[in-house]
Amino acid sequence: MTSPQITGATGAAAAVQARAARRTLHTRPTTQDIGFVAVARSAAISTLVIMGLIGVFLLIGAWPALKSQGLHFLTRTDWLPETGSFGIASLLWGTILVGLFALCVAVPLGFGAALFISEYAPRSLKSSLVTLVDLMAAVPSIVYAMWALFFLQGHMLEIAQWLSVHFGTVLPFLRVHTPDSPSSYTSSAFIAGVAVGVVVLPTVTSIMREVFAQAPIGEREGAIALGATRWGMIRAVVIPFGRAGIVGGIMLGLGRALGETIVVYAIISPSFDMTTHPLQSGTNTIAAHIATRYSESNGVSMAGLLGAGLVLFLFTLIINTLAGVVVSRSRSGAATEI
Amino acid sequence: MTLLDNAEDHTLTLPAATVDARGGTPATLVADGVSAWFGDHQVLDDVNLTMPAGRVTALIGPSGCGKSTFLRILNRMHELVPGASLAGEVRLDGHDIYDPARRPIESRRRIGMVFQKANPFPTMSIHDNVLAGLSLTGRRLRGHAVDELVERSLRSASLWDEVRTRLDAPGASLSGGQQQRLCIARALAVRPDVLLMDEPCSALDPTSTRRVEETIRAIADEVTVVIVTHNMQQAHRVSDRCAFFLAAEGQPGHIVEQGDTDDIFERPEDQRTSDYVNGHFG
Repeated sequence: MTSPQITGATGAAAAVQARAARRTLHTRPTTQDIGFVAVARSAAISTLVIMGLIGVFLLIGAWPALKSQGLHFLTRTDWLPETGSFGIASLLWGTILVGLFALCVAVPLGFGAALFISEYAPRSLKSSLVTLVDLMAAVPSIVYAMWALFFLQGHMLEIAQWLSVHFGTVLPFLRVHTPDSPSSYTSSAFIAGVAVGVVVLPTVTSIMREVFAQAPIGEREGAIALGATRWGMIRAVVIPFGRAGIVGGIMLGLGRALGETIVVYAIISPSFDMTTHPLQSGTNTIAAHIATRYSESNGVSMAGLLGAGLVLFLFTLIINTLAGVVVSRSRSGAATEI
Repeated sequence: MTLLDNAEDHTLTLPAATVDARGGTPATLVADGVSAWFGDHQVLDDVNLTMPAGRVTALIGPSGCGKSTFLRILNRMHELVPGASLAGEVRLDGHDIYDPARRPIESRRRIGMVFQKANPFPTMSIHDNVLAGLSLTGRRLRGHAVDELVERSLRSASLWDEVRTRLDAPGASLSGGQQQRLCIARALAVRPDVLLMDEPCSALDPTSTRRVEETIRAIADEVTVVIVTHNMQQAHRVSDRCAFFLAAEGQPGHIVEQGDTDDIFERPEDQRTSDYVNGHFG
């Protein structure tokens, strides 16, 4: 910086001189560093490349279908490749519906479980609960699918029927065609969503618990020392600190729920309506549809399935990226101290 | 967090009581035969100390002598550490704060604390930080009284002039020294009878330290202050009474000598006190 007294030519000359004297700083890395960076960098790049290649592969595979249907691929609800008319509108709608029901189950339960593990559980119980939640996340979906099919579905029928009978009069979307017959409820978006909710519950719990546990001890003690109750401290310190983790956990859970295949496949009976009655049997999701039709498709119908896969791929990519951005830009996610 | 495992568990909803506008009433705090353990490790042995109302008592001594533990015992923060236990009584105006019939939160509301590292709630505004103690304890103020309390508390903490134009700024936007004074304002806003300070200036520069010391002197008539400090000059400057803690190999922390600050610094009776206050060790 030049002082205000030095003006005009003198100041300019000084600036030029200063620029000329500026050095480029070199850090000479060691051989180990060069090697390590090369390995780490290529690993990082290859994940991106693989990701990109999957997208490209899907796009190429789906091209015939996209070309034949154009924008109708996104707006048409039925799937009749034999007649040359198919679209994913109903599939996309069903996917979102199931995802939302899954969140309705997973978010409150996950939030409560995460708070309990992080804030209330006795120390002796805490580590086993953490392990248990992680184990739940590692259980293959097919196990959840069997449990959902042989246990959950039967019990959910009664709940669905109860909801429909008692609230259907006030809330039209809870109505079904024949409320008295249990078979009206068996294969609905609601039951599939609840089952998927159980599948994503550990993901949601685990992410929320991690950010809650990072809430700074200094702020916690500050609240306690002011005479706060445990819950008061959680409200003033833990939840504001973990807010982004909560949002991130919800979004990652949603991303996982949208792609869940086998559980939905086991529960639903495929239909191609944009159903507004989620308790009514019959819905479909992109993932379950691909699983159902994969073996019997070829040519343009197979391209259609790949197109559906491409949409799901992009959809989950966007949601997971958003979740990542939300988490990393927050205090808790970045694990920074202010 | 494990450190808070034993914290008060009652999620009670208190009636919206009002807070009067007068200052706190300084109370005398008496530690009677206090010993403390972490697991099987004894860190304090038979500490007896009277912290008189409206005076500043400094706890001095080398690191690891148990003075911070003792301070945390005075408002039941000690028990937040898993495995922590104690013996003895701490009486606030004659009533044992460890009486099983008393909830820890009641004691903490009357005995405030300022920590070594400033810990304002970073996303809350300066205004809300000052009021945090009230909202956390379910108390409400209305209208004018809110602004009055915020201004009064910030003035007591010598922070008002620096933040009056930006009360809506987040607590984290302040400098370290300002954050510490915000924490003092926050603690004073609930009108405690006693204010405990755990090395409040150890992370501050000399100018901020001086401001905080002036603040301590200024609030001494409305609240009993107990301050832990490593800084001999600071203890000398701010305190009326002084207690010298010491721990040795195989001997848990205990008070070697206590008395008026001038006596401790100028006419210590124990050789160890003399050595410590004159900077020969510690």
